[in-house]
Amino acid sequence: MAKHLVQTRLNGEPVEFLCDPHATLLDALRNTLQRTGAKEGCASGDCGACSVLLDGRLVCACLVLAAEVEGCEVTSVEGVAQAAQLHPIQQKLLEHAALQCGVCTPGIVVAAKALLDRNPDPSEREVRYWLAGNLCRCTGYDKIIRAILDAAAELRG
Amino acid sequence: MTNESKYRFVGTRPLRHDGVDKVTGRAQFGADFALPDMLWGRTLRSPHAHARILRMDTHRARALPGVAAVVTAADLPEVEPGPGPVNLRDLSCNVLARNKVLYHGHALAAVAATTEALAAEALELIEVEYEPLPPVLSLDDALAPGAAILHEGRAPKRYKVSGPTNVAARCEFSRGDLTRGFAEADLLLKRSFRTQTVHQGYIEPHAVLAQTGADGRSTLWCCTQGAFMVRHYCSALLGLDSAKLRVVPSEIGGGFGGKTTVYQEPVALLLSRVSGRPVKMVMSREEVFRATGPGCATRVEVKLGARRDGTLTAARASLWYEAGAFPGSPVEPGAMCIFAPYRIENLFIEGFDVCCNKPKTTAYRAPGAPQAAFAMESLLDELAQVLKLDPLELRSRNAAQKGDQLAYGPRFKEIGLTETLSKAREHPHYKAPLEAGCGRGVAVGFWFNAGMNSSATLHLGGDGGVSLVTGNPDIGGSRASLAMLCAEELGIEVERVRPVVADTDTAPYTDLTGGSRVTFATGMAVVEASRKLVAELCARAARIWDCEPAQVTFHEGRCLPTAASGLDHSPLSVAELAARMAQTGGPINAQAQLTARGPGPGFATHICDVRVDPETGRVEVLRYTAIQDAGRAIHPSYVEGQMQGGAAQGIGWALNEEYLYDENGALENAGFLDYRIPVASDLPMIDTVLVEVPNPTHPYGVRGVGETPIVAPLAAVANAVRAATGVRMTELPISPPRLLAALGLKQNGGAR
Ligand code: FES
Ligand code: FES
Repeated sequence: MAKHLVQTRLNGEPVEFLCDPHATLLDALRNTLQRTGAKEGCASGDCGACSVLLDGRLVCACLVLAAEVEGCEVTSVEGVAQAAQLHPIQQKLLEHAALQCGVCTPGIVVAAKALLDRNPDPSEREVRYWLAGNLCRCTGYDKIIRAILDAAAELRG
Repeated sequence: MTNESKYRFVGTRPLRHDGVDKVTGRAQFGADFALPDMLWGRTLRSPHAHARILRMDTHRARALPGVAAVVTAADLPEVEPGPGPVNLRDLSCNVLARNKVLYHGHALAAVAATTEALAAEALELIEVEYEPLPPVLSLDDALAPGAAILHEGRAPKRYKVSGPTNVAARCEFSRGDLTRGFAEADLLLKRSFRTQTVHQGYIEPHAVLAQTGADGRSTLWCCTQGAFMVRHYCSALLGLDSAKLRVVPSEIGGGFGGKTTVYQEPVALLLSRVSGRPVKMVMSREEVFRATGPGCATRVEVKLGARRDGTLTAARASLWYEAGAFPGSPVEPGAMCIFAPYRIENLFIEGFDVCCNKPKTTAYRAPGAPQAAFAMESLLDELAQVLKLDPLELRSRNAAQKGDQLAYGPRFKEIGLTETLSKAREHPHYKAPLEAGCGRGVAVGFWFNAGMNSSATLHLGGDGGVSLVTGNPDIGGSRASLAMLCAEELGIEVERVRPVVADTDTAPYTDLTGGSRVTFATGMAVVEASRKLVAELCARAARIWDCEPAQVTFHEGRCLPTAASGLDHSPLSVAELAARMAQTGGPINAQAQLTARGPGPGFATHICDVRVDPETGRVEVLRYTAIQDAGRAIHPSYVEGQMQGGAAQGIGWALNEEYLYDENGALENAGFLDYRIPVASDLPMIDTVLVEVPNPTHPYGVRGVGETPIVAPLAAVANAVRAATGVRMTELPISPPRLLAALGLKQNGGAR
């Protein structure tokens, strides 16, 4: 099967890669581009561990074909911190001890960023519903929700 | 919470050392490793729940271009069961089936090929001829007369029966005189409870990368709760010299007991040895559900005798736990736990380990205890209701105290059950008013906690920082808690300690991360190693001051002359002594190893409020409070996190989670869409109250905290549902269809 050449932007930089027509964006990120921050927890859109932004929109990278991102702007967890400066969401997750094993964390970071980018002042309920697609088996979500509300407050200044 | 204690770091909340890596995506989990020239391995799995393997032909798969290796059980040596607690022959047969497949999803063969797609294609070319056998899918099936037998010709342990049986073992504990105890009671209650198969549900699927060199030395990178465990099982199953195998634990994306054994690790190793190339294997979520975990389904029958004032006079329990395909359910710990929180003079407990055609069950957080507590704590709730006693008061009247003897022998030292009960009674949650249609339940949880073997090595750097090397994968913040113990002892900042989770060639031996043991047991080794390091620092100061080491003392990170010495020197800090190592005797390292005794049992009391929708049968958890004796919380945030996470897992177990099989034994909900674990919008905030009754055997009073929190929620939720609806749910999960059926029955006068 002939491979596709895909040209896209990843975390602000132009990249190009070859992919099989049926390869997912998650495959391309993890196996072709060696960006293993997005995790595969299910490959069926149910866990959110693979969350990335596609032109600013929150998607499950396991449900997007790699070939579809031609000409798009992809933001993965690797692009959330600016150089050595953590994003307030990342900093607050750490301060609230909102991760235990940490495998869900990249997806939570990206999903929370997508939320706060569009809604700077969400209620607890809004955060809970927004994150309903991001499974965490370790924390019971309590500290994650608090961290995101705290990050929102800090971002509002 | 303020840190009014005598400690500088213990009880504070520093940022974890591996935190930045984990929030930026840099941390490497099991599936994040790759090597040049790497092959992809995939596993052929049984489409039958129970069948004899008549013939297997792998020729066509081998002939497919791009396929580098195909392996089956024929490539594994036949191993003896061995003396350890895990039967190695069973483990081998679970890793690759021999003669028989015992569950839908049982691995039979594996292929390594240049791409995952090719490997999958090759699997389709493997021909297997089966003779299907009747599947045994429940305890009732397994115990029925004339049931198909999974392991023909295998005699059960401690259990006498004529003819073949699926019972693999029986255990028994007793004390006092049961007949007399029941005769002394004013009231007898008896009920039977059931729970279904559940999965640990860690978000990271099992993953391994294996590499073998031309010299026969291999390296495995994998996500596991214990690298030494993986090394042991892999070398035993493959008949390898374990000196030729190095296991590197990756970051681990959850385990909850489910990563305390091996599945594809020995297979990937074998494929890499056959092909001479690196082989990576990552399970799909479906494979994780079908062939790993799960936690066992159970039936537990409890009978209680009580006086009118609530005093328990006698208790009897029978427990049947599904082991799955091979013997080894956690029925024995379940039996040991069931009455542990209470002082009961007369008791009898028996447990049965029962095989059936489901995946071999694996440890799941406080293995065996939640199911046992569901039965006991539900029946206690009923007792309180009949006696018109406050349910916490009933528990307090019977609560075990220091000195009380457990059914299995030992006596309790300091324990915090009574403290958690009184904190629960005082908590605003317990007094808050409830709306109509809502109910409140409480329950107690108990877990032993484990000690086992641990080591720790400290290397002092010239900068005065310390590398802290252990072999315990950090599953929930143990790098931080271990580093804090080290910092406390050495009087240096927590950030100056660099905790390292090392591979099996580098780390001193440690048992796996499990049994809530790392901060307790490995923590003890860290404290001991730190004290050795301090002794060496004092010796170095003595050399500098030209005095006896006994004339030097250590306080808050500095060596100084003792008052008695009469010497007058300005103190030397760890950093100053580190800078002068080369002149005072060379490098400074310290190591400690121990078998940790006296882990100190954990107790918790949970309070749960629910609202039940009578139309749909949906149960919503409105408020939840977990109160637990942590002994001493080294890093309180991560202790709270364990309590909240355990509560959430328990709520899922109580309300939603169960394996659904079709009549042929095929798992029907092998994905997160249909096996629904709690999501953020399902839960409220989970309040925590830390109780600290120090464990006398630990230098800082630590008790394990990870497992206890999952023990109470099953009954706490069920008791809340009872309070809201008047219906006692004796079977989990309390899913909408099950609850609706029970509510309907009640309306028709069929139930109380
Ligand atoms: S891996 Fe994409 S949602 Fe789970
Ligand atoms: S921290 Fe482990 S899954 Fe969220």
